[in-house]
Amino acid sequence: MSGKATRDAYGEAILELGKANPDIYVVDADIGKSCKTVPFFEQLPNQHVNVGIAEQNCCGVAAGLATTGKIPFVTTYAVFGSMRMVEQIRQEVCYPKLNVKIACSHGGFTPASDGASHQAIEDMGILRTIPGMTVVMPADYYSAKKLVKAAAEIKGAVYLRFTRDPIPFIYPEDAEFEIGKAVKLKDGKDIAIIANGDIMSVALKAAEELEAKGYSVKLLDMHTIKPLDMAAVNDVIDNIGKIITVEDHNILNGLGSAVCEVVAEKGKGIVKRVGIQDKFGESAPYEYLLGVNGITVENIVNSALEMLK
Amino acid sequence: MNNKEKANMLRGKARELRVTALKMIHKAGSGHPGGSLSAADFMAALYFDEMNIRPEEPKWADRDRFVLSKGHVCPILYSSLALKGYFPYETIYTLRVQGSILQGHPDMKVCPGVDISTGSLGQGLSTAVGMAIAGKRDNKDYRVFCLVGDGESQEGQIWEAVMTAVKYKLDNLVIIVDNNNLQNDNTCDVVMPTGDLKGKFQAFGCETQGIDGHNMDEIVEALANAREKNGIPKVIVGKTVKGKGVSFMENVVLWHGMAPNDEQLAIALKEVEGE
Repeated sequence: MSGKATRDAYGEAILELGKANPDIYVVDADIGKSCKTVPFFEQLPNQHVNVGIAEQNCCGVAAGLATTGKIPFVTTYAVFGSMRMVEQIRQEVCYPKLNVKIACSHGGFTPASDGASHQAIEDMGILRTIPGMTVVMPADYYSAKKLVKAAAEIKGAVYLRFTRDPIPFIYPEDAEFEIGKAVKLKDGKDIAIIANGDIMSVALKAAEELEAKGYSVKLLDMHTIKPLDMAAVNDVIDNIGKIITVEDHNILNGLGSAVCEVVAEKGKGIVKRVGIQDKFGESAPYEYLLGVNGITVENIVNSALEMLK
Repeated sequence: MNNKEKANMLRGKARELRVTALKMIHKAGSGHPGGSLSAADFMAALYFDEMNIRPEEPKWADRDRFVLSKGHVCPILYSSLALKGYFPYETIYTLRVQGSILQGHPDMKVCPGVDISTGSLGQGLSTAVGMAIAGKRDNKDYRVFCLVGDGESQEGQIWEAVMTAVKYKLDNLVIIVDNNNLQNDNTCDVVMPTGDLKGKFQAFGCETQGIDGHNMDEIVEALANAREKNGIPKVIVGKTVKGKGVSFMENVVLWHGMAPNDEQLAIALKEVEGE
């Protein structure tokens, strides 16, 4: 596999951002090494704060920095960034509309061997319900670099979710991305696959298999689940109607749910959600964890064939 | 103005603050009088003497910041802001009214002079630390004052924030603890004893002073001591009385979050004004 972890993209992008803008801060909670912010700390110590193992305080300190015009990136793991500090995010970042980013490695099953305690399967759904929050998971290293920079340009709260482990490259280095705008990886008319994050390569292979069977498949990278790209989803509903969502996240309240909300309110279209089946993971190989939840090429293809009958 | 005259002036301001807070809570029909009254003397000293602020320019970049970490006592903050002229005095009668800048807990987006939205206990101090770090990094002279409740110090996040303040040598941070020993359900001693708060902050590495939080001479002196630039965060633990100034509210748990009726207001105002 040719690829790279998106946490590496974050570490590189935040360093570039920090060098270009002295208001960019990183607020770490003792896992800077794992979240790839060590070069930032070494090269830009004056723009770095490490509060230790104290995530709630981490978010609050960032909010305080933001009131003075800084652009802090709270950096931690997705379980902590979405749950240990969620009320701080709600009260001190989203409610006052402060310009704080929550940048989290170890999204979904990507910390596979760490076990359930470190596998964030609820995070994007939780943060999606907070008013004013933008929720993003890039599908590869190159898009992650661009989307981190795009997040810095947005004035307001953004949750960014990265992978612990390497994932395949999907995009060329010079591809451009806009937060809130889906990327069309394949155009087709029989069925649509809407995916995001680390399992994009799985979705891509499923799309290729379906194409090999003679179907025309549309594949969207919905890297931003909030705000959802309504135009792209509506277009899929109106012109295709059959949708499979694929995510490394609980099927409750993540990408699949977001798409279902649009479909239900529109009163047409049908959706099959491929994702984590509302159960915790365990220490196991990444592919095993995806497999037991049906996040596989085979399941996506079979689901599609069922819908295409 | 010498210190004696200053303390006298501030005692007058504290009376005005108490009167204003009681009136607004009465009009709103709900709110938190007990902790508002216990903090009134500190608030008078901060807003009418110690803090370097410009009511006509609430977002002045070099202003001293104030963080009401115990956000539920916002009536006393709103009273301070009203009397300083951040907004017209009559605005106080819109506390907790739909569309008002005076939300049930402080909202920085709509209320001039509110430096951070608070209301969920334990969180304000962290934001104060963030503001103080920014001041240090930007070589600015402003200071950050943060009012914390003793009950609030049961939140673990308070101590996370204190550790951070000490690590980053935030001598531009002044933490004031309103040590009234009452909280929502009962006394702190019954609900969760907070123990020797002065000793605890001291043990974390702060420079602490323990004073009578209703003695204006002591408050003025403690705030003056807290100006020292020695790389150490400052903590003033003020022993206070919840409901201070209104006999039937003093040390009565029920008045943590209850509005006085017409009759009770009349008695309360008489007592406060006749102090």
